[in-house]
Amino acid sequence: MDKWYDKSGSEGDVIISTRIRFARNLKEYPFPCRLSDEGKCKVAALVKDAVLNGNSVLANRFEYIQMSELTQEEAVSLVERHLVSPEFISDRQGRGLLLFDDESVSIMINEEDHLRIQVMSQGLDLDNAYDIADKIDTLLDEQLNFAFNDKLGYLTQCPTNLGTGMRASLMLHLPALQQSKAMNRIASTLSKLGLVLRGMYGEGSEPKGAIYQLSNQVTLGISEEQAMNNLKDIAMQLVAQEKEARNALVKNIEAIDAISRSYGLSRYARLISNDECMKLLSNIRLGIAMGIIEKMDLDIINRLMIETQPATLMKNVGRKLTPSERDRIRADVVRSTMLKTNIPNSRRLQE
Amino acid sequence: MLCQSCGQNQATTHIKTIINGELAEISLCRECAQKLGYNSFFGSFGMDFDKFLGSLMGTGRGQKNRKRCECCGSTFEDIAKSGKVGCASCYDVFYDDLLPSIQRIHGKTIHIGKLAKSAGSEVKVKSTIAKLKEELAHAIKEQEFEKAAKLRDEIKELEAKD
Repeated sequence: MDKWYDKSGSEGDVIISTRIRFARNLKEYPFPCRLSDEGKCKVAALVKDAVLNGNSVLANRFEYIQMSELTQEEAVSLVERHLVSPEFISDRQGRGLLLFDDESVSIMINEEDHLRIQVMSQGLDLDNAYDIADKIDTLLDEQLNFAFNDKLGYLTQCPTNLGTGMRASLMLHLPALQQSKAMNRIASTLSKLGLVLRGMYGEGSEPKGAIYQLSNQVTLGISEEQAMNNLKDIAMQLVAQEKEARNALVKNIEAIDAISRSYGLSRYARLISNDECMKLLSNIRLGIAMGIIEKMDLDIINRLMIETQPATLMKNVGRKLTPSERDRIRADVVRSTMLKTNIPNSRRLQE
Repeated sequence: MLCQSCGQNQATTHIKTIINGELAEISLCRECAQKLGYNSFFGSFGMDFDKFLGSLMGTGRGQKNRKRCECCGSTFEDIAKSGKVGCASCYDVFYDDLLPSIQRIHGKTIHIGKLAKSAGSEVKVKSTIAKLKEELAHAIKEQEFEKAAKLRDEIKELEAKD
């Protein structure tokens, strides 16, 4: 079955994906930090039952995964595919995951809160992703009775999530803005507007692959709709700035050279490290969006960005790999995809 | 650049956090980064933040507070130390103690938005009225006066009950 990331969506040249996440807790049980292993098992069983034995059509599309039964590679691969948080796999005891068949919906059980309902979608798709999360939330609330306070809204283990308990995020590809060294200034401006911008792959001033995540910070005293409108407005301004910066690059021979070189390496290199791979894919993605690389879809790059991550690479091969084996197989995956999907005589590349 | 923690080794890890608009930057060597929990890409970056949040709450009132939540056994001190609230009832028991930090985090203290099934009938009515008022404003803007009149009557009826 195709995964949700096998397509690219609206504003896909800059906005890679949309994520909506709700934090919810069961009223009758202490939050995970104060919950015994036995209690966690009970909560997991209740949630699992509510989802899998519920009367909704969703039931038979979910699979339950006991986190403690996964290998380390399988667990890390879930993080690389953005299905669970890094924190979720740091201690897997008493934790469970409900996963939708196309991986667009995941429900983490006993992460920081009893439930973390997460919906992913390609491109800019906040309304649609919210609708799905909202429906699942309403269905589960019927059976599980979520902790709620008339003044404070949905109650969460960390007070930073109180209120709607909703975190809406957009994954953005901002290579041109990153090159223009404007990111620090932008990030501090955004924080004043109640939004957070951070690197998706690694912190620091230049996140790998120029991929950033923009999310709402404040959850209390602002409705879901307002928070999403805010996020969308600001994201579209960032998109406009990124496109403007890209336009300035169109005639820049160094930028075109970097894109062309990355394209060449991706087709012929035999060893590619993770860092190099993210750089190549980011450059190729930019090349496609700018029309320098023709006849290639963005979704191929979106998928490669996930498939070339170390643990996902090992999970797909089915065994542990040494770093140098990984570099070789990573290059194989990239090379075969690039040779298969593109016509070599891209006019703009030959000019 | 030298590590800001030990001041001896070359810094290789640079951590940047923005919390409530405050940009904090710290550069560490590999050993110190490990010690402080920034060792791996997948390490829990949340830890430090929890502590930060804890200290935020600790500056509130209630240092001498010996109250204990009957449901989960937490004291306010436990919550302030860890930055984690123990259970749903803690929010009732320690409401006054938590409120200053909630105000600091979100700038507001009253929820707006989706209501859970267990929400009180009063807030449910209030939220319906707010939604109808929005629809009314929209109807007037679109010059759908028949619909607007209907909405106005509905709002009046609900407000009379409230």
